Amino acid sequence: MAAVTGTTAVFEALPENKAVLALKTIASDAKFDRAELTLTVPGESILEAAQAIKTAGYNFLEDVTAVDWYPSEPRFQVTYHILSHSLKERIRLIVRLDSASASVDSIVSIWPSANFYEREVFDLFGVHFGSHPNLRRIMMPEDWEGNPLRKDYPVEGYR
Amino acid sequence: MAPVATPPSATDMVNPGVEDVIAEALKHGKNSGNASDHTMVLNMGPQHPSTHGVLRLVLEVDGEAVVSLAPDIGYLHTGIEKTCEAKFYQQVVPLTDRIDYLCPMTNNLAYCLAVEKLLELEIPERAQYLRVLLNELTRIQSHLVWLGTHAMDIGALTVFLYCFREREALLRIFEGVAGQRMMTSYFRIGGVSMEPPLDFYQQVRDFLADMPSKIDEYEGLLTGNPIWIGRLKGVGYLSPEDGIALGVTGPPLRASGVDWDLRRDMPYSGYEKFDFKVPISQHGDVWARYAVRMEEMRESVKIAKQALEGLPSGRIVADAPKIILPDREQMKTQMESLIHHFKIVTEGFGVPAGEVYQAVESPRGEMGYYVVSDGSQAVPRPHAQSVLCNAAGARDHVQRQAACRRGRHHRFHRYRARRD
Repeated sequence: MAAVTGTTAVFEALPENKAVLALKTIASDAKFDRAELTLTVPGESILEAAQAIKTAGYNFLEDVTAVDWYPSEPRFQVTYHILSHSLKERIRLIVRLDSASASVDSIVSIWPSANFYEREVFDLFGVHFGSHPNLRRIMMPEDWEGNPLRKDYPVEGYR
Repeated sequence: MAPVATPPSATDMVNPGVEDVIAEALKHGKNSGNASDHTMVLNMGPQHPSTHGVLRLVLEVDGEAVVSLAPDIGYLHTGIEKTCEAKFYQQVVPLTDRIDYLCPMTNNLAYCLAVEKLLELEIPERAQYLRVLLNELTRIQSHLVWLGTHAMDIGALTVFLYCFREREALLRIFEGVAGQRMMTSYFRIGGVSMEPPLDFYQQVRDFLADMPSKIDEYEGLLTGNPIWIGRLKGVGYLSPEDGIALGVTGPPLRASGVDWDLRRDMPYSGYEKFDFKVPISQHGDVWARYAVRMEEMRESVKIAKQALEGLPSGRIVADAPKIILPDREQMKTQMESLIHHFKIVTEGFGVPAGEVYQAVESPRGEMGYYVVSDGSQAVPRPHAQSVLCNAAGARDHVQRQAACRRGRHHRFHRYRARRD
C-alpha cells in the first residue's frame, strides 16, 4: 500500500483500525506510510488521546522521544510509540510544539514507564512535560548547560 | 521478613531521585524510639564489582530490607545519537554495536531493518537466514554471560567458567564470520558484509550439536541446588500488570506470564518461517526469569539449526548498486561500479524522507530503532530505544517489594546501565 497522508484519506483507507476509530475526533493529521500508522494530535489533547488509545487496546508504551526540526517551526516533534499486545499492531502518536512553548502534558499518569523517557527528552531536547512527578536531568549532570540533542548544539568541539 | 514500607503500586511510582531517597532516609533516622525507623543509606556503584555495568543505585535499607531505592543512570551515555547526526547511514552500523556489546548483531539488525524499511529494500533470503542464525547465536552468547555472572554473584563460581567456555566457542565463530569477536558490525544495510568462511558451517554445526548437553550441565549444577533455589524462588516478584505499566520487555515480561515475543508476534527478517516455542512462566520471580532464559537458549539452538540446515544459496546483499558497495573485482574493472563505490564512500546515499520504527527481540527484550529521514544523506534523527531505561525504572519497584536476607541477590536482573 502506497503512502497515504491527511486525516480524511487515512480514515478512509483504514476504516476498521482501532486507533483510527479512537482518535478520529482528536487527530489533526494522519499518515500511513511503510505500513506504519502515524497520528498527529494537538499538544493540549495528548492526555485525552493517550487515554483513548489505551482504552482502544494499545496497552504498551514502547518509547517516547523527540525530533528537533530546527530551524523550521513548529520546531519539536514529540513521538510516542504505542504497541498493542492483543492487536499485534503499533501506532505512532506525534505532538508538534513551537520553540516558544515547548511544553506538553506528561503521560506518566497513564503509563508509568513514560517517566524516564520524558526525563530523557527533557534532558536532551529541553522539552518541558507538565505535571511530571520528577522532571530533572537523567543522562547529563545536573549542572549541564544546554540540551545536547538539539540541532543547534554542536556535534564536536569543547565547551 | 516483611518489607518495612508498603510497596507502592506501579501506577503511583514516581521513580525518586537520589536526593529524595537521602532526604527520606534522614527523616526516618530522626524518629527515635522505634527501631524499625532507623534506616541506613547505601551507595551501590557506579563501579561496584557486583553491579556489572555502570549503574548507580542509592538504597535505603532497614537491616536487610530495602526500603527505597533510586537508580541513577547515564554513566555510560556516550551520545551515540548525537554522533549519528554527523554520519552517513552506513557509518552508523558500527556505532550500534557499542550500544550493547553483548548483542551487537541484534543491534545491527534492528538498525539495518529500519533503514531498509525506509529504503524499501528487498533482502535476499540467504542474508535473512544468516541474520537469523547469527542473531540466535548472539542470544545464546548473551544469555551465557547473564547466567555465568548471575551464578557468580550468588557464589557459584564454577558455572561462570563453564558458560565462558561455550561463549568462547561462539566468539570464535563471530571472529571467523566478521573478523571481530565482539564488535562484529557484520550486517550491512541491504544484507550482510561478506560470505561466511568455509569452516563456519562445520563450527556452527558442532557447536549446536554440543550446546543442549551443555545447557543440561548448567542446569545440573544449578536447578536442583538448594542455595540457588533459596536465593531465586519468591525473590523480586513482578506482576504482569506492573511489568506492562513499567515498560518491561523480553524474558522478564515473559517470566511474569505475558505471552509476547516480537519474533513470533511481529515477525521480521523471515522469523515467520521458523518453528519455535516462546517459553513463558507465571511466577514472576527471579527463578521464573532464570527458567525462561534457560528455555530460550534451547529454543535458540533449535532456530539456529533450522537456519543452518535451510540456508538457501544466492546473493547475500540486495540488488541496489547505489546503496550497497560493489564487489572489489567489479569496482576495479567496471566504470559504473567504480562511480558507485566512489559516491557511496564519499557522499553516502540518500534515503527517502519518512520515519520508521523497527523493533526486534534482543536477548534482553525489545530493541527498537526509530529513524527519521529528511531525504538527505546524513541521519537527522536516529533513536535507539533500548530496554535498560525501563529496567532501571522497574528495578525500583521490584526492589521495594523485595525484602531480602543478607547475601541474597535481590536484583531485578542484570541489565547494563547503558542506554543511548
